[in-house]
Amino acid sequence: MNSAHLLTANTSNMKKIVITLILINAIFLTGNAQMFITKNGKVSFYSDGSLEKIEAYNTQVNSAINITTGQFVFKVLMKSFSFEKALMQEHFNENYVESDKFPNATFQGLVANLNDVDFSALGTYDAIIEGDLTIHGIKNKVKEIGTFEVKEGGIIGSATFFVKLADYDISIPGAVTGKIAEDIEISVDVDLKPRPTN
Amino acid sequence: MKHNIYSLLAILISLSLTPKQSFSQDDLMDLFESDEPSTEYAYATFKTTRISLGQSVENPANGNLIFDIQHHFGRLNTGIYDFFGLDQANTRLGFQYGITDWITIGLGRSSFEKLYDGSLKIKVIRQSKGKVTMPFSISYFGDLGINTLKWQDTTRTNYFSSRLTYTNQILIARKFSSSVSIQLTPTYIHRNFVETSKDDNDVWALGVGGRFKLSKRISLNLEYYYIISQETAKNYDNSLTIGFDIETGGHVFQLFFSNSRGITEQQFIPETTGNWLNGDIHFGFNISRTFVLKKPKEFREKTNL
Repeated sequence: MNSAHLLTANTSNMKKIVITLILINAIFLTGNAQMFITKNGKVSFYSDGSLEKIEAYNTQVNSAINITTGQFVFKVLMKSFSFEKALMQEHFNENYVESDKFPNATFQGLVANLNDVDFSALGTYDAIIEGDLTIHGIKNKVKEIGTFEVKEGGIIGSATFFVKLADYDISIPGAVTGKIAEDIEISVDVDLKPRPTN
Repeated sequence: MKHNIYSLLAILISLSLTPKQSFSQDDLMDLFESDEPSTEYAYATFKTTRISLGQSVENPANGNLIFDIQHHFGRLNTGIYDFFGLDQANTRLGFQYGITDWITIGLGRSSFEKLYDGSLKIKVIRQSKGKVTMPFSISYFGDLGINTLKWQDTTRTNYFSSRLTYTNQILIARKFSSSVSIQLTPTYIHRNFVETSKDDNDVWALGVGGRFKLSKRISLNLEYYYIISQETAKNYDNSLTIGFDIETGGHVFQLFFSNSRGITEQQFIPETTGNWLNGDIHFGFNISRTFVLKKPKEFREKTNL
């Protein structure tokens, strides 16, 4: 009798412990899942001028998002852009973006409509991204529309927007003015994964 | 009692876990800082594959073909009668093709000595910093020249091998900054056949060249070849060239003044006879145009889709 009573008491305690541990675990996991990160995001750009069609890809883009605060960052190594023409790649680095002086382009900003994006439920959400875009050492405030696709085990962020070269003090030499487009279309595609515990 | 112990335990466990979820959220960017250092290779040490007359450590990229049009005119001091040398053009047309990013083969033909040349340029070491630090880029350049002028003396037995000249160079370059690059070029030229017994069959020389960028797209280039081999040094002049590189997208124009008339290494290094101080100066230019024959992998895959 006594022992049976003791057993039930123990069982109820065990239940409590299990529940508590599950709760702790849940908190612990949420804590981890706040950060989503990638080191091989994709950024490409495209411009179609009368002289040259310019197209380049970078598949080593760093990006991270904190889904609790909505903070969203990018870091793009300029030298990692690959072009169809090697000479164009050299000129891009040497003459246009001056990669030796300004090795990275960065974006530091926020998901402005964080309330509209439910990172805990699968689906595709429109997002307004707002923040500072720095290219060629020049920082500009930008506000662009993108999407977040929340899927099993990750978030895919993508956006397409235009950048005016003049805004970033990237000059086109006199000889080719008008032949190279002054607006560049930029596409971003990042497959963000939960940040692993150390 | 037991309840208390369990709750205490639970609190302890949760406390021990909580620090993990609260790390600085202001610096998401810091997540990328701890990256392992990577090796960063120097690029664009020179604008193109030649400093002015001689080879630079640059190669066309894999699958790229460069078409060279080179002109060296006559001497400025020939005056108005020869239009300051422009009436006498020495022309070379040539191709360079990148088999890989580090091996280039070349073919060319100069009007002077009706010379055909075949060349090979191999990148051996690339200047880099970061994980791997290397202060210099080093390349090998080898060239075989075939002089196809008619034999002057048809009474003796002339061998085909007498037409051949071999050039070997080690190109050692360093890009000091985005605007200053310097190259040392030890050179060995072997000529199977020379005009007189006094001429050297083997000519050693040391080249020094540099480029100094005046703007993003224009640079000043200097090039000097010092002849070491005695007989050649006695009878010929060291080659000195001052020029400019002007880059306009797909083309690079190189304009220069030199005391050398020859265009290929075997001509301008051991056979220069002009003297700068006497006004024996040749105007010349190179135009090189790059064609992409084989696209990089990423772009090839894309066109297949």
